[in-house]
Amino acid sequence: MTLLKVDDLVVEHRTPGRPVVRAVAGASLSVAAGEVVGLVGESGCGKSTLARTVCGIGRPASGTVSFQGRPVTPLGLRRRDPSLTGIQMVFQDPYASLNPRRRVGDQIADGLRTAADTSTTPADLLDRVGLPREFATRYPHEFSGGQRQRIAIARALAARPSLLIGDEPISALDASAQAQVARLMRDLAVESGAGLLFISHDLSVVRLIADRIAVMYLGKIVETGRTDEVWADPRHPYTRALLGAIPAPDGAGVLPAELPGDVPDPASPPAGCRFHPRCPKVMDVCREREPEFGPVACWLHEPA
Amino acid sequence: MSERHETAAGDGVLAIEGLTVAIRGKEILRGVDLTLEPGRVHGLAGESGSGKTMTGLAVLGLLPHGARVAGRIALAGRDLLSLPPKQLNAVRGAEVAMVFQDPATSLHPMLTVGRQLTEHMRHHLRLSRGEARERAIDLMRKVRIPGPEEAIGRYPHQFSGGMRQRIAIAVALACAPKVLIADEPTTALDVTVQAGILRLLRGLCDDLGLAVLLVTHDLGVMSAVADEVSVMKDGLVVETGPRGQVLVEPRHAYTRALLDSLPENAGNAAAATAGAEPSEGEPA
Ligand SMILES: Nc1ncnc2c1ncn2[C@@H]1O[C@H](COP(=O)(O)OP(=O)(O)OP(=O)(O)O)[C@@H](O)[C@H]1O
Ligand SMILES: Nc1ncnc2c1ncn2[C@@H]1O[C@H](COP(=O)(O)OP(=O)(O)OP(=O)(O)O)[C@@H](O)[C@H]1O
Ligand SMILES: [Mg+2]
Ligand SMILES: [Mg+2]
Repeated sequence: MTLLKVDDLVVEHRTPGRPVVRAVAGASLSVAAGEVVGLVGESGCGKSTLARTVCGIGRPASGTVSFQGRPVTPLGLRRRDPSLTGIQMVFQDPYASLNPRRRVGDQIADGLRTAADTSTTPADLLDRVGLPREFATRYPHEFSGGQRQRIAIARALAARPSLLIGDEPISALDASAQAQVARLMRDLAVESGAGLLFISHDLSVVRLIADRIAVMYLGKIVETGRTDEVWADPRHPYTRALLGAIPAPDGAGVLPAELPGDVPDPASPPAGCRFHPRCPKVMDVCREREPEFGPVACWLHEPA
Repeated sequence: MSERHETAAGDGVLAIEGLTVAIRGKEILRGVDLTLEPGRVHGLAGESGSGKTMTGLAVLGLLPHGARVAGRIALAGRDLLSLPPKQLNAVRGAEVAMVFQDPATSLHPMLTVGRQLTEHMRHHLRLSRGEARERAIDLMRKVRIPGPEEAIGRYPHQFSGGMRQRIAIAVALACAPKVLIADEPTTALDVTVQAGILRLLRGLCDDLGLAVLLVTHDLGVMSAVADEVSVMKDGLVVETGPRGQVLVEPRHAYTRALLDSLPENAGNAAAATAGAEPSEGEPA
């Protein structure tokens, strides 16, 4: 069953006196119940903007977002649409997920109340994310970066969402804690039938937990597929560059390759295929026409 | 070039010796020793909560209120721990700069990023307004921010998380410090942009003799740029050595456990989890 459906979504950031930034430029994506979808892509390509729009923060310029079959409408400033409490987001900046002036235990308790959960305690949730139970009485600033991220996850999990969105939720954790917390998030999805949209730059973690991945470049999804298949056979040249730039922990001191060319500006995207100025396989058609198809939006992979 | 010039441990530009920090009676650092040398990247890994950030904050004199600190932090002969606040202020930003783990800490939300870049430069490097602006644009380009001329007029919230992180790096580099403490500076970056930033840091070390303390939990990043690697656990450095040794033949059990837990090494079990269909017969 499709839980979340994002269809041809366009989101713009407007600032008076500045060019319009089309951060999401026609992106489509779906997450099924019990499914983990990894969203990866270049820094600044629009992942957080997309995620926030899914949560009802910000208004799409066009396109639709629907959750459990109903359209997601932008939140009023004061109240969340009650049907949207089924979506929980762990923000990229853990400070944005947590209130600095309240004890973390109380904040986790809010989540438990949302879920009408009377048997779990905040300390139980801290325990699940690998933190000591007695941390419940502390304030957010008393924690290290990685501890704070785990608290934000505990708070989101407490509300038993049907869709959990994690925006770089475990970027500050070491490898062993990452694997543990990533699995915890995955188990939540698989066991309770919730969906998980997992945004991460850490491709080894995405590979570990995602059933499917979506690769984003400059506001568009350029490749989607089952994680193992994309890994074994990345087809979009951007996906290839991305997978090729993962530094190996082999102690050899080799600097990974950078993409050639400048990072593009979403306020003035290149004509034709958005990746063409940096693409090693660029052809004439790429400069002229945008490949508006999937699962691989590249003229080398046009569906028959 | 990549051989260690092991002349004397004393030629480090920054030497941390027996650093201890306690907050409300709780010991957070229990005697940390680390030496940074010009032109070299010293990688610092370790368990979450082991005290990596506290070590960096201690060097800058930015520990949380009520923290009790002891030991020595020598910067070119001066002990930073006993420096009067005014002199420490002059050191901070000009000689030693830090990229904070949380980019929100590095950037002021109400000032344009151009202003944040130029303010320090004009003060510390005595540049004119025009020169400072040129240098700011150049720094923005170096950290791969698109449209740098226009971007310097924007506020932090108008950038993505990874862009803010890169701008924080630009701010730290603005006054050409001798020592850079970079606390997880690439966690918000995809691997291709990260490659650009690592090349930038490596270049500053090789060309200008910058000394870097690079805090990172990403052993791939560590492997790509660090010359020396130290590993922390429970407020202590438990292992230090050349990159090739620590990442290949670690001596300490915790380092070994870290390497073993990498998805690359735990690969098979991991692939099985991700590939598996949601198990049947388990109603949601
Ligand atoms: N203001 C504070 N008051 C009390 N304890 C604190 C405070 N800030 C941090 N701590 C504790 O100090 C210890 C070291 O924290 P530090 O931030 O240095 O860890 P870290 O190694 O940087 O971890 P991470 O990788 O998660 O960022 C942690 O156990 C943390 O809970
Ligand atoms: N409030 C805003 N006003 C103007 N532009 C914005 C605003 N927020 C984001 N942008 C721009 O929109 C684009 C997409 O930003 P977004 O935060 O969605 O990227 P991202 O993919 O999450 O990147 P990262 O991986 O670095 O977090 C960027 O070019 C950014 O500069
Ligand atoms: Mg983001
Ligand atoms: Mg830290």
